[in-house]
Amino acid sequence: MNAPVRRLSFLVGLLFASLLVSTTLIQYVFAADLNARPDNRRTLLATYARERGEILVGQTPVARSVPTEDEFKFQREYPDGPLYSHVTGFYSFYGAVGGLEQSEDPLLSGSSDKLFYRRVSDLFTGRRAQGATIETTLDPAVQQAAEQGLGQARGAVVALDPKTGAVLAMVSHPDFNPNRLAGHDLATVDENYRKLTEEPDRPLVNRAIGGDLYPPGSVFKVVVAAAALSDGEYTEDSVLPGPAALDLPLTSATLPNHDDVPCSPTGEVTLKQAMVVSCNPAFGDLGMKIGADALREQAAKFGFGDSPSVPMRVTPSSVPAELDAPQLAQSSIGQYDVRVTPMQMAMVAAGVANRGTVMSPYLVQSVIGSDLSVIESADPTELTQAVSPRVADELTDMLVATVDEGTGTKAQIPGVRVAGKTGTAEHGEGRRAHAWFISYAPADDPQIAVAVIVEDGGVSGSETSGGSVAAPIAKQVMEARLK
Amino acid sequence: MSIVSSVAPRSGRTTELILLLGAVGIVGLAYVNLGLATTGSIPPGFAALGLGYLGVALAFHVVLRWKARYADPLLLPIVTLLNGLGLVMIHRIDIARGRDITDGVALRQLMWSALAVAIATAVLFVVRDHRILRRYTWIAGAAGFVLLLLPLMPVIGNSEFGSRIWIRLGPLSFQPGEVAKLLLAVFFAGYLVQTRDALSVAGRKILGLTLPRARDLGPILIAWLASLGVLVFERDLGSSLLFFGLFVAMLYVATERVSWIAIGLTLFVAGAYLAYLMFGHVQTRVLLWLHTFSPDALETSDQLAKGLMGMAAGGMVGTGLGRGRPDLTYLAESDFIIPSFGEELGMIGLFAILVLYVLLVERGLRTSLGTRDGFGKLLAAGLSFSLALQCFVVVGGVTRVIPLTGLTAPFLSSGGSSLLANWTLVAILLRISDHARRPLPDERQQAAVGEAATQVVKVR
Repeated sequence: MNAPVRRLSFLVGLLFASLLVSTTLIQYVFAADLNARPDNRRTLLATYARERGEILVGQTPVARSVPTEDEFKFQREYPDGPLYSHVTGFYSFYGAVGGLEQSEDPLLSGSSDKLFYRRVSDLFTGRRAQGATIETTLDPAVQQAAEQGLGQARGAVVALDPKTGAVLAMVSHPDFNPNRLAGHDLATVDENYRKLTEEPDRPLVNRAIGGDLYPPGSVFKVVVAAAALSDGEYTEDSVLPGPAALDLPLTSATLPNHDDVPCSPTGEVTLKQAMVVSCNPAFGDLGMKIGADALREQAAKFGFGDSPSVPMRVTPSSVPAELDAPQLAQSSIGQYDVRVTPMQMAMVAAGVANRGTVMSPYLVQSVIGSDLSVIESADPTELTQAVSPRVADELTDMLVATVDEGTGTKAQIPGVRVAGKTGTAEHGEGRRAHAWFISYAPADDPQIAVAVIVEDGGVSGSETSGGSVAAPIAKQVMEARLK
Repeated sequence: MSIVSSVAPRSGRTTELILLLGAVGIVGLAYVNLGLATTGSIPPGFAALGLGYLGVALAFHVVLRWKARYADPLLLPIVTLLNGLGLVMIHRIDIARGRDITDGVALRQLMWSALAVAIATAVLFVVRDHRILRRYTWIAGAAGFVLLLLPLMPVIGNSEFGSRIWIRLGPLSFQPGEVAKLLLAVFFAGYLVQTRDALSVAGRKILGLTLPRARDLGPILIAWLASLGVLVFERDLGSSLLFFGLFVAMLYVATERVSWIAIGLTLFVAGAYLAYLMFGHVQTRVLLWLHTFSPDALETSDQLAKGLMGMAAGGMVGTGLGRGRPDLTYLAESDFIIPSFGEELGMIGLFAILVLYVLLVERGLRTSLGTRDGFGKLLAAGLSFSLALQCFVVVGGVTRVIPLTGLTAPFLSSGGSSLLANWTLVAILLRISDHARRPLPDERQQAAVGEAATQVVKVR
């Protein structure tokens, strides 16, 4: 009976060899894959146990990790929760979601390769690994003003420093309280998250850079005027038709002016006058004359079609690819299928303000390691030259006149030359129009460029209503910076 | 003419003592390590517990010196080390679950260990020669099958974690399958040593395999039906595989005929496949095995997935005792104690544990080789192989080699019945190995007679 026992012992060897192989596969070959699984609670706990870096506005943290007694070691806190909710995003059991928490996660968590040297030295010194701190470009006063300006309204405000592209304010309403999603009680967090996702107004969507995008309405006329002035055949004194309604080719429809009145008693207006009173027929006509290609090109020069990272990804704004003449006329007053983010319109304002040069928008001023050394520092870069300085000056002239004596008078700031443009964007029959305002100030040495949209804030067909709702908010925001 | 030297054959007891001290030392080190990692200090009861454990191990050693002087010297140290490591890990899970040492699972396990050692030494006292066991072949067989089927009885049978393999008498719950394993090994050995000639000689040769006669197929069919019964009614694939595998292996050892293995494997695969087609719980097990991370599987049970992620978290060298999160996995102190070790001791630590098991099994098989009587040979081979198979089912289950089933890792997992049965198993192996390694008594007697003859003539 000894031979079978020997074979049996060989079989035992094989059985155990298979176990050694399976163990090796799990603990060595596929270990990294298993550890990277999103539902891996051990990995989650390990990340929680590391002190995550802060997000600063000025010198004040708007997101920070405080030690706790529970198994997660640290609790993420957002001292000014709702105010900065769309800037910070939130850090929860779902991982880092939205805002800087998500887009700067590798740095905040300390796993970024940029922190490699520090990680190695932590290993030897036994210091506990710590994430880097993100210092934002936001100006708390400007952010606060934007928040108060919007009040309970849905909408968004973006403010940029035209000379650098630094984001001074980014507010999207409705907002949410990230603290309610950062708790350590999974059931509560789940419930809060479910409530937020089910709300019809979608508070988790950052409307300033994403979401469904908006029709720009008359603020898009700045882009049309820029295209016309750049093509060399037009000046601010070029004469355009300004009837109560413009006949459109190929169709029986017309392009009516707001309030159904002619733009001037004579039925003709200069380009500058058309901007000041936001004359729809004149811009419809102008758009058809310069053509869809020129319009699209000009839009692209302002950044349309791009998807910059601020470092959150900005949804690209767009001008439709195929446009017949009536659609082109509609597009020229920012209707039809032109879709923009408030960030894009702030970039248009900032580009004109900065004498034609659009700077890349950015939200992170610097990244500071746990030992207070600067790991990264923002380096303002030119995105495009949208228009020549001459054209930019002409546009500024027209936009200052718009605030001084046109539709944008509600944005006037005593002692400061303010340039601005109103918009009232219709978005569907029987619904109140979106109220828009883009502006910058001071016109000769711009410190701030702003885009404001108040959803359903205007009255359809009445241009002044857009100005009266959105312009005061822009004014408040600019004042906060200029003080 | 020739001078007969009286060099005593090595008993190996001193080797055993040294290894035993090493084993207890490792366990003590692990306990201290755990204390330092979790509380930053050496656990308060360390000296008492360590000395207590050492005392129990040494007591067993002394019993061996006295009652089984030539027993295999590796078995006791290996088992002592495994049992001790199990205690440390169970204590570690207690800490993670916030259970105090006085009401923790570890203390219960410690008491069960002491009881198991007591019973194992008692076995060495009572069973002076393993061949006595052969007298109880049929009683053991009957008792084994009754124990196996006991959990199906209405009042005392108890379903836990989806398997009906427990019996509950008042506050005590017991997994009779572990004891049945022992009894059935005794039964198979006794039965097969009797019938092996009929089973191995008669038969017809087809395709190079000597097939048994139809009437000799009776026993294997009964064993097959019983194991299928366990699979279907107790929902316990592990025990089913264990008993049937044990029977087929012993049948093969007894008859030396490969055809039994072929028949056995065919029957088992066919039976398992039929069960898969007919029963939802078997299908669930297979789903969890093949598609562990699919949403369907995770909805049913994420235990296996969590265990795998725990092992992955440990990686090559492990997180260190007390530094991982094995408690995240359900049943981390019993069925999933292997992933717990994998997480905290790493792949290297788990390899060490597997090698300990291999050593244990191979020493048992070595005992079988060295034993002179057929019954002892069969019994030692059967007991050793049952250990190997159980390890394979448990570790293979948590590492996705085979579908997960509810068996305990011998000596490591928390569970009283498992400890009692496995310590007794080792006691029987020790007894057989003592018999196998003992120098032939007649030679010694002759030598003694010869020596005596050269000295004096007895006057009295």
